[in-house]
Amino acid sequence: MPSQYPIDPSRTDLAREFMANPMGPHSAALQRIVTRMRDGEAAGRYVLVTRVPHEEWVLAQISGQRGVDLTLLEDQVFSSLEDAERAVFKMRWELITGTPLLLD
Amino acid sequence: MLDKKIAGYSDEISVAPGERIRFMVSCEPGVDRYQADIVRLISGDRQPDGPGYRDELLPTSVSGEYPGRTQETYYGSYAVVPDSPAFAALGSLSLQAAIFPTLPSLRRACLISKMDVDAGLGFALWTDPADGLVLQLGDGAGGQREFALGRPFVAREWYLVSATYDADSGEIRLRQELLDSYARDTSSGAASHSSDGSAAVGCDAPLLIAAASREEARGKPIGEMIFNGRIERPVVASRALEPGEIEALRSDSVPLALRSDVCAAWDFAQAIETDDIVDISPNRAHGTLINLPIRAVRGSNWTGDELSFRHAPDQYAAIHFVDDSLYDCEWDVDFELEVPADTPSGLYAARLTSGDQEDHITFIVRPPRDRATASLALLIPTASYMAYGNSRGGIEVGSELLANRLHVVSPEERYLNRHPEYGNSMYDDHNDGTGVCYSSRLRPLINIRPTHPWLWQLSADMHIVEWLEAQDIPFDVITDEDMHQDGVSLLERYACVMTCSHPEYYSTNMWDALHAFTQRGGRLMYMGGNGFYWRVAYRDDKPGAMEMRRTEDGSRSWASEPGEYYMAFTGEYGGLWWRAGRTPQSLVGNGFIAQGFDHSSYFRRTADSHDPRAAFIFEGIDDEIIGDFGLIGGGAAGLELDSASRAYGTPPHALTVATSEQHTDAYIRVNEDIGHMLLSIGGQDDPQVHADVVFFETPRGGAVFSTGSIGWSSALFHNHHDNNVSRMTRNVLDRFLDPAPFA
Repeated sequence: MPSQYPIDPSRTDLAREFMANPMGPHSAALQRIVTRMRDGEAAGRYVLVTRVPHEEWVLAQISGQRGVDLTLLEDQVFSSLEDAERAVFKMRWELITGTPLLLD
Repeated sequence: MLDKKIAGYSDEISVAPGERIRFMVSCEPGVDRYQADIVRLISGDRQPDGPGYRDELLPTSVSGEYPGRTQETYYGSYAVVPDSPAFAALGSLSLQAAIFPTLPSLRRACLISKMDVDAGLGFALWTDPADGLVLQLGDGAGGQREFALGRPFVAREWYLVSATYDADSGEIRLRQELLDSYARDTSSGAASHSSDGSAAVGCDAPLLIAAASREEARGKPIGEMIFNGRIERPVVASRALEPGEIEALRSDSVPLALRSDVCAAWDFAQAIETDDIVDISPNRAHGTLINLPIRAVRGSNWTGDELSFRHAPDQYAAIHFVDDSLYDCEWDVDFELEVPADTPSGLYAARLTSGDQEDHITFIVRPPRDRATASLALLIPTASYMAYGNSRGGIEVGSELLANRLHVVSPEERYLNRHPEYGNSMYDDHNDGTGVCYSSRLRPLINIRPTHPWLWQLSADMHIVEWLEAQDIPFDVITDEDMHQDGVSLLERYACVMTCSHPEYYSTNMWDALHAFTQRGGRLMYMGGNGFYWRVAYRDDKPGAMEMRRTEDGSRSWASEPGEYYMAFTGEYGGLWWRAGRTPQSLVGNGFIAQGFDHSSYFRRTADSHDPRAAFIFEGIDDEIIGDFGLIGGGAAGLELDSASRAYGTPPHALTVATSEQHTDAYIRVNEDIGHMLLSIGGQDDPQVHADVVFFETPRGGAVFSTGSIGWSSALFHNHHDNNVSRMTRNVLDRFLDPAPFA
């Protein structure tokens, strides 16, 4: 069973905190959200694949199965790990709350 | 994007000058040739802020170009019994065993086979996802005929299975009986068939248990269709036995009345410490296990009254076979090195390069076997390297909760995921969900490389090597295996022994040697965290293999089954050394207390640090804060943390000279130190979540200095070694190399 911690879509203040400092440390309230987002099944989990060491990463989803390669999401390429964290946070926010994360 | 395509391994991990070491290499298509050189490793961390990779060529006859080729690896465990006169009388047939299938729905899997497929001779007994027990008999004309019971097995339940064939009547009986009792069970049952013509069950093929085979490689049958699960007391008989006779054979002796009929009855409770399977019938058709199936596991009759296989061997008459275990790749040798006589001791690698491809098959040149060539020995934790070798968790689980960030997959991880045949680490599960309790170094260990982007074990230990090289301090390099084999006499040649960053796995020999060294005036610098934690076992007749059990508690990726805490290799109680009465705190003053993998923190000096006994440690250091920098997580106090504890055995006179603070909530206290579960378990709330730097004197003028953190060594390089972590480490090393005794 995945984490059941509810994410309140009106708490965009916490989303802003994440966007400002995606690598943390986070406030306790934000960490609860991040913990929920990082929990869950292996199959389909987002990971980053190194394209150029220390310079460029592409988003991917793992299979969760030994011997089965991950799926590259070629249109999601990042030149910083922080930007990758922001993008995934945004996707998960919408997935979990059903509300797109719109920060002006 | 780099796609890794080349990897190899060596037959030895530690060689002395004049000795030989062989290297085996496999290349994926596209790598037709590669350059091989022997290099001394100096530095590995390629992070932008790190020291980078550096090596030094050792001129040897190895240097040159070699053809790339793909080498096959045959993995998965099974037993082989050579053909023998024991099976010559087969006309009628009985096969039986107790079985505990762990993946019966995966595919058809073979329990026992002796089959010449092309000639259509022999027999095989299978589990089938839909049909349960299936008997296959040769038709004598190049084919096989099958007889199915028709009821699927339930996973992880014990069954007594039997199949008989009466050559006179042509009757075939199949039976599978659940040994536990469940209401509404539909998996037990029996079936009768008529062979409808003669079957040819005799053949000269070898007999396999837990596998079938069509062909040989490297002098033995290749196991295919490997059974996942446990098999207990398999029997082959040359008559169609009755149910009462089948039941009577579920024991540790063959009844006198059945001895003329039984071809072989294997008692896996015998010779558990070996690769041998023992036939207790008069025929003595013994066999050999391939690829380390798990022994010392509970059988169908385990009562729980005894917890060690040595106390009730008849309750441990099962072997757990898995389709993804591996002992030795057994690749053909690509090149070998006779280590030149004047080669200085050090960390070396066979460096393979081909275009953008590279691999470093890392090995150690120890000093000549009869002497030391420096006052300092760097102790390479090869047991821990083997435990972590080929860790698959990153790409299979991608756990973000450990690191509190997205997992970054390296080309090395994708390569490993493409190669399940390279086997697993002791942090992984087998395909059937069973924890991996054996490891081997006779295979490529993809993450045990000096440049691996996951800075852990060897790649992290390169920070220590780089620092020692920069300090221009002569040092010998020795390994866990050297210490296990040579004992304290190896260590006693040195004034000071320095560990690496995470010497977590220790055999009894290793623990004894290191402890004796500290008690006989030796000086020990424990340069990491979570050391001396798990107990492991080697087997003298199985070089390169290692066993461990994840028992009662500890930070575990899997847990051993109850009754399976004793190691098959030695009979020793496995798990945490603490549970065997030997705490890390009693050896080095601190022990594992917490871990986290997001931000590393720093240490603050304590009142103890101003004790005159500790003055030498802080010479030239005015800072109160130590190590608020580092290449892993940004601090010297990070990853896995050790703290001092009188209750756990820290010597009463030990000084805690620095203590870390302000760890994040991703740092959690170890479960073996948690009694009641409270809300305050994270680094921000739990004061136990901290590392202690500890110093204490030992008898006969010796001393121990323990850094308390895996992250410590990642701080050594900061500001080109001009920092307080480097200075403290150097201060301690200088004093530890000084023969003047400690009080």
